[in-house]
Formats: sequence, structure tokens, C-alpha cells
Amino acid sequence: MIRIYFLPFIAILVSIIFLLRLVNLQIIDSSYKLLSDNNAVFEQTLYPERGLIFDRNGKVLVSNQSSYDLMGIPENISAFDTIELSNILKVDKNLLIDNLNKAKNFSPKLPSIIISQISKEINAVIQEKIWKYDGFYLQKKSIRNYPNAIGANILGYVSEVNKNDLKKFTYYQSGDLIGRQGIEKYYENDLRGTRGKSFYQKDRFNRVIGSYENGIFDIPPKNSNNLTLTIDLDIQEYGEKLMKNKWGGIVAIEPKTGEVLALVSAPSYNPNLLVGRERSKNYSKLSLDTISKPLFDRGLQAQYSPGSPFKTINALIALQEGTINNKTIFQCNEGHYYAKGMHMECFCPKGSKNNLLKAIYKSCNTFFSNTYRSIIDKNGSPSDGLETWNKYVKSFGLGDYLGYDLPIGKTGFIPNSNYYDYWYNKDGWKSSTIVSNAIGQGEILATPIQMANITAAIANRGYFITPHFVKSNKLIDTKKVYEKKITLIDSIHYEKIIEGMHQVTERGTAKVAKIQNISVCGKTGTIENFTKIKGEKVQLTDHSIFIAFAPKENPEVAICVFVENGYWGARWAAPIASLIIEKYLTKEVKRKWLEKKILDGSLLNEYEKPYSGTEFTINE
Amino acid sequence: MNRSILLSIDWITILLYFSLISFGMLNLYSATYDENFQNTSFFLSPIGKQIVFLFISLFFGILILAMDPKIIEPFSNFAYIICIILLLGLFFFGKTINFSTSWYFFGPISLQPSEFAKIGTILVLGNYLSKIQTDIKKLSSQLKIIALLAIPVFLISFQPDLGSAIIFIAFFFPLFREGLNHRYLIIFISATSLFLISINFETITTIAIIFLLSIIIYFCLRYINSKIKLWPIIFFTMISIGFSFLVDYGYYELFEQRHRDRIEILLGKKIDYKGAGYNINQSKIAIGSGGITGKGFLEGSQTKGNFVPEQHTDYIFSTIGEEWGFIGSSLLIIIYLVLIIKIIVSAEKQSRKFRRFFSYSVASLIFTHFLINIGMSLGISPTIGIPLPFISYGGSSLLVFSILIFIHINLDANRLNE
Repeated sequence: MIRIYFLPFIAILVSIIFLLRLVNLQIIDSSYKLLSDNNAVFEQTLYPERGLIFDRNGKVLVSNQSSYDLMGIPENISAFDTIELSNILKVDKNLLIDNLNKAKNFSPKLPSIIISQISKEINAVIQEKIWKYDGFYLQKKSIRNYPNAIGANILGYVSEVNKNDLKKFTYYQSGDLIGRQGIEKYYENDLRGTRGKSFYQKDRFNRVIGSYENGIFDIPPKNSNNLTLTIDLDIQEYGEKLMKNKWGGIVAIEPKTGEVLALVSAPSYNPNLLVGRERSKNYSKLSLDTISKPLFDRGLQAQYSPGSPFKTINALIALQEGTINNKTIFQCNEGHYYAKGMHMECFCPKGSKNNLLKAIYKSCNTFFSNTYRSIIDKNGSPSDGLETWNKYVKSFGLGDYLGYDLPIGKTGFIPNSNYYDYWYNKDGWKSSTIVSNAIGQGEILATPIQMANITAAIANRGYFITPHFVKSNKLIDTKKVYEKKITLIDSIHYEKIIEGMHQVTERGTAKVAKIQNISVCGKTGTIENFTKIKGEKVQLTDHSIFIAFAPKENPEVAICVFVENGYWGARWAAPIASLIIEKYLTKEVKRKWLEKKILDGSLLNEYEKPYSGTEFTINE
Repeated sequence: MNRSILLSIDWITILLYFSLISFGMLNLYSATYDENFQNTSFFLSPIGKQIVFLFISLFFGILILAMDPKIIEPFSNFAYIICIILLLGLFFFGKTINFSTSWYFFGPISLQPSEFAKIGTILVLGNYLSKIQTDIKKLSSQLKIIALLAIPVFLISFQPDLGSAIIFIAFFFPLFREGLNHRYLIIFISATSLFLISINFETITTIAIIFLLSIIIYFCLRYINSKIKLWPIIFFTMISIGFSFLVDYGYYELFEQRHRDRIEILLGKKIDYKGAGYNINQSKIAIGSGGITGKGFLEGSQTKGNFVPEQHTDYIFSTIGEEWGFIGSSLLIIIYLVLIIKIIVSAEKQSRKFRRFFSYSVASLIFTHFLINIGMSLGISPTIGIPLPFISYGGSSLLVFSILIFIHINLDANRLNE
């Protein structure tokens, strides 16, 4: 009996199970209907146009331009003249064929990009002939455009997201653009907006027949925000021109607000190079230039010895600590012996008796080395002295990240007692051991933007506002940005330093920086520096540095100019700073001769020296 | 063909046969319809080829009906040997598609010997069973039956075409009907359960489950029969544990990852909607989206979008589910059930063992294909690529099932004449 009814029984049982399963799938569970819609509904992503970027006066720094992608749906493409099309597109025929095959492998029914980022000019030609090519169409896309081709180091660039980005950020989808470097990266979320979606119904032939459910599921894209930078286009452009054929950085800040007026890094590059089809080729060319390093922001990332401008900080600390005062005089005999057999040179004539004022405008090494040692030795313990000094210096924003709104930066370096304990053992060092710090050589390192910031702090007589690149608007926590960072030096002490800095341009080391009718306060620096050639330490021509602010009362601009291997501070850095101040305050430069001299001047010979492989002379 | 045979033919089976064939053609047309590629020659398109095979099938069908059924039985051993030779020949002359060497090609027409092996195996087993000296209850006879089954199964496994080999499980039903010991049913069911338990759980858990089951079974048996001894239970527990180790070894060492994936997705151990689970999931979406009435002929957006791979062969049921809905698919299931039951009922009426075994095997083969194929499309049995009889695209399958059905009809019609 069991034998006869076994198979019929199983067959009926299986049929009932199948029917119940069908009831469940087709009648009860509606989720499969929804999933099917997913397949048959075409989803199109809508990108908001990326936000524009303006300078402080509303002039356009970054705009968008249209670019076109040639799209193709492989199964709709009929035979065509590949040579003709590749000629119109100005691409290699094989590239075209390769991409077509890739698209076919990806999906014969879905559109793929065949040739991306076709220029406006080629687009004009192909638009007229596209009817000849079945299955092809052009899709408009928005890419960046830099009408003035300046500020590449500030603005950064955008490119398509890569695999790492997709892993790191959930927002992005393949093909999205993302900001890399600079403002584009730091303010990515504001500039990109949020993409939306619209849904279209497809019929069974995979053709779009209209909006899905009258668009009730569509999500409009959220608009991007435009940004207004603190950068002054004219100053930035002028600074970049002046730095042509020189390496270094310029940072100009409005002291009252901490707004960065210009951030020049030289050499730089035309930001338009990193847009469009040649982007990756150009990028690798730039990144492979390891000698001049155009992608390295010398304004933010280069850590130099600050040199003589740092003397102002040491003087302020000594005044605050009471180890010197207005009347303190140190004698200088073309330098001095700071320890047995250890001589520090100076340009003061033999028998000079310098007070603070004169020491600043003459940049007397002897005066400041004694000043510095008086701070360190105040309580008898160099460790305690150095810690006190370190605390003061750090209150100027040195030795740490400044906290500005760009994604890159360096801390610089301000030594503390641990550092020297490590190198010289505890109690193995004295003020004379570290006396180089007095004149901004030694172990101290600072970036140009940090130097510009201390200049602003001096101009403000005792406080600074964290430098920033975007003008206050709803995107920025105003309170945080405008917070005054007060230095540990009382403001009365600044006046003495400022008077000295004013004399620098009136009768001191940088008379070239004097501007008619404007009282410029500055400080020159000439910085010894070394490189390694085949493992040997070789001295190169000194770096030229100048910090300045103007006008003396109610300062509107503080600036730091750093020119690598420019020799005297007064030779390159001071004129450049002075020209920029003149341009910013008076809108025109009257000293055409000086401007011409700087514009025509080139230090490229100097930069080639270490790579020439032959002996060379420095400080010519 | 004489008048009496036309009168005695089971026209209802013929009607069921043609309704399945025509429903299959409609869905095959829908599943392969593509307005963009209409200009290829009709006879080279899947639907065209299938129609050619339908005519070949009907030609053989008429030939079979005209035949005296007595000549079939002596022809059995010869047919089996031909099938084995064809399977062997594949290793030399076969054509490889998707890593399986399963086809002979004659111009545009391809033949799949593993399908024809079903006919040969039914005939040879029926012939063997009807011999007087054969006693299915004896081990020697059982071993011979196993050998006759094992030869084609091994040859097909080495193509490799696992699906077509697994189908030979269908012979369990007619053999059981013909008196195979109950023991084999129990072994068959426990081996299947143990297989599923072994791949579903860790080794330790599996052993624990086996012990637990053994204890339960022991006490149940004690309750029924107090004289039951302990040692056979211990023996079977050990055998079971050994078997589960063997399964673990075979599963991880002999199976390829794609086979494992398919089984694991079905067991819910793995969720992978874009990889191996894609087919099953897309098939379920297509069927589920059909609703009660379906989207209508040629209106299935899943079918049109080519979302279900292999839709015209292994997954044809998803087209039916999408375009004809619950009404169409349940009707199809009922047609199959009626056909299977009808063949079994008629088989039971046969007095000759050979003929009963033959018809019963036809019913069992149709049932096993039906079980595995629709079960797979509905996502309740493992993904094993075998066709749905009379419906799926595939000339060999259509031809073989037609021959089987027509031989059955002939045997059935001539039963009354004896």
C-alpha cells in the first residue's frame, strides 16, 4: 500500500507546497513587487552645480564651465566610421574602439561614457554631426574653470572619487567629484551640495516613457553654497607675478580680522591644468617635479628658520620679563664673544653702543644675543628660563598648528628644555649653547604664515585672530573665528618694538621698503641655510626674509615675504613686501623702477647651483 | 496506425501534453523576445529551433504510436548500450559550453546524450526487473540495478553536468514501487537529512545532534518494543557520524565554491544578491511581481529587462510567474500534477512489470524535474540547472520527454488490447 501511494502522495504534497509558496510570493508579500519596480524604474542622479568661489571683493576666482561626455548605449549603436568620429573628437581611434568594447562588456543596454570631458570647441563640431551616429548622445557636465589662473595652492582642485574615497565616505558614488586640497577639500560639503534623484518609468523595451508616479518620489538636489574668500584677487595676482622665477612664499593678513589677503607659494601652477582630460597627465608632471615642488605650499608647509625678524619676539619677552628696558645698552665690536672662543659676527662697527631702538633697525646680533641670554639666565636655571621663553613664544601661535581653514599645514618648531636635555644631557647646556635662537637661527622653525601671524600680533599690539581664508558667513562659527588670541606680552611693550621696526624702513636695514606717505614697519632677515649634496652638508646662499605691517597706526596689512636663497632680506623680500603694501593701500604702484627690477629678477641660476655638480660660490 | 489504437489512445494525456507544449512556446517566445534583434533568421532563434524540435518530436511520436509495443522490450539492452556509447563519445567529440562537455553539434542543431540516457536507463532497468530470476529484495539484484544506474550517472558527472546526474534520483520512486526494501527509504531520507545537518552546522554541533537523535530514537523504539538492543543504535550512530565527516570532507574538498555558494544561499547561510544568489533572487522578484493575474503576455518588465539569467532554460518558470501571475502558475502546477497522477494511475493498471515500470519511471522523471526546477525558481530547493519538461528551451529535453510520453501512451493504449 505504502509503495503504491508513495509517489502520488509526494507529488501532491510538493504541489501543495509550491502553491502555498506562490500564494506567499505573489499574493501576500508585496515586497517583491517593489523590488521589481526597482529594476524597471530608471533612477537618474541630479547633481547641483558646485559652488562658486569669490575673492573678498566679489570677483570670481572659481567658476564652472560646461564640459560634455560622449555617451553611448552599445545595443543601439549601429556601424559607423570610427576614423571620422575619432578625428572629430581628436582622440586615438583605438581608444574609441577600446572604450566601446568596455561599454559593451559593462552592459549593452545601459549608457556608458565613451569619451569624457569633450571641450566646448569639439562639442560645437560634434553636436552638428551626432545624428549620424546611432546610439550616441552628449551629456552635459559641469567642471571647474579658473578665469584668472591664480591661487592654485589656496583653491585646490577637484577630481573624481577613487576607491579609497568610496570606502571612506558613504555619501559618494562612483563618478562623483570630490575636492582635493585647499578650499575645495576643506569646504567640500558646502561646495558640493547634496545630489538629488529623479525617477523615470521604463517600458518593457527599456525605454524611458516618463516621470515615475508624477515625480512624487523625486528628491530635488540641495543647492551648493558659494564661498567668498578673504583673498584679494589683485594682491594675490600681483604677489604671484612678483614671485615669478623665485622660490618662496608670501602671506599677507589683515591684522584686525585675521583675514588672509594673499597666500602666494612660488613656484605654483595654473589651476586650469588640473581640469579636463589632461588632468592626470598634468598632475603627474607636477608631482614628479621634486626639485621645485610646485604642489608644495611654501606659505603653509615650508618650515624655515625665522631669522632676524624673530629678534622682535625675543625683545618683547625680555621687556615683559624686565631683563631689558628702553635704556639697556650693549656694546658691539663687529660682533662679540658669547663664550670662550665662540664669536658671533655682527655688521655693527667696532665700539657701537646700541640701545633697543638702534639694535632693531641695525639688526644688531650682539644686542639680541645678550637680550636672549638675559631671559634664559634670569633665574639662574637655563631650563626654567627656556620654559618661560617657550611659553611666551607659543602665545604667538608658533610651534603648533595655527588652526586656519585649509587642510594642510606644519607646526614649525619651538625648542623646550626637554629637547636640549635630550641632545646635551640634563645640565649639559647653558644660555650660550643655544644662543643661535636669539637671532632666529638655531633650532627654531616657523612657516611663512606663522611669521605673518606674529607680524599681525605685533601690528595689533598684543593679539592676533587665527588667520582664515573664508569671509564670515553662515557657514562659519563667527565667535570661534573672531576670538582674540592675546599674547602674554603687555601691549605697552609693543610700541618700543614698533618704533624700531618703523626705523628699519626709515633709516635701517630696509630703506628700500619705505613708501611715500605711508609709515611702514618691518624687519629684515638673512638666514643661513644648508643642504646636503652627496651626504655632505653644504651651505647655500642665505634666504631673504622680510616681515612688515603698515600703516604704523591702525595697521591694515601685515605681511611676511620669504625668498629662498635671495641673500639679504633687503634685496628681495623687503622690496616685494613693500610693493605689495603699496599696491594694497594705494591701489597702484608708483615705484615702477623697483617693480620692474623685481619682476625681471630671477633666482633660477641660484637654484640650479646645488644640482650643477660643480663647485659654486654663495652670497654673491 | 489502425483504428483501434486511435480509439484507445488516452486523449486527455495528449491534451495535457499539448497544453504544456503550447504554454511553453508562448513563454519561451516572451523570454527570448527582443525587438532589437529581430532580423536574425527565425529558424536560428531559440523559438524557431524549439519549433523544429517540436516537429521532430511529433514525427517520432506518430511513429511510436504506429509501432507494436512488443518490439520495445527486446530493444532495451541495445538502447542502453547506444546511450552509454554516446556518453563516452562526448569525451572525444563533445562540445564544451559553460565548462561542461555535454553536447554533440550537428550544424545549428545540438543534442544532449544525457537526456537520451534517461530512455536507455528506463528500458534496461524495466527489462532487468521483468526477468524471472530478478528479485529486487535480493542484494545481488540490487547491486546489478545500482551498477546499471551508476554507469550513466558517473559518465554524466564527469562531463561535468551535476544537474543531469542528480536527476537519476528519480529512479528511486519506481524501484521503491517495485518492491525495494523500506530500509532504503529510511536510508535515503536519513542520508539527505544528515547531509543538510552536516553542511549547516559545525562538526561538534552535528555530532551532538546525531547523539541526541540517536537517544530519542532509542527510547522511542524501547517504548514500542522493549526487547530492542542498544548495540544496533550505537552502530548506526557511529555510521552517521562517519557519514557526516565524509560529507564535510566531500563538501569542502570535492565541491567547487560555486556549488557550495548555491547550497549555502538556499540554506540562508549566505546572503549575496549580486553573486551566486542573484539568479534565485531575481527569479523570486520576477515571480513575486506577477501578483494574482500577472503582467500579461510580453509585458513582464523583469523578463524584458533580462534580469533573470538563463530565463529561457532553467528559469522559465519565472517568466510564467511574472506574466501569467498566480492564476497561470498555479494552473501549470495543477496540469503537471494531473499529468503525473494520470500516468501513475495508468501504470498501476499495467499487468506486465516492464510496462508498469516504464510508465511509472516516466511519471517519476517528470515529477523530479518539476520538483527541482520549480523548487529552484521559487527559491526552496538548491540551484540545479535542469529543464522544466515540455516548457524549457532545449531540443533534446523536448524530444526525449515527447518520446517517453508517446511510448507511455502507446503502452497504455495497448494495455486494453492484451
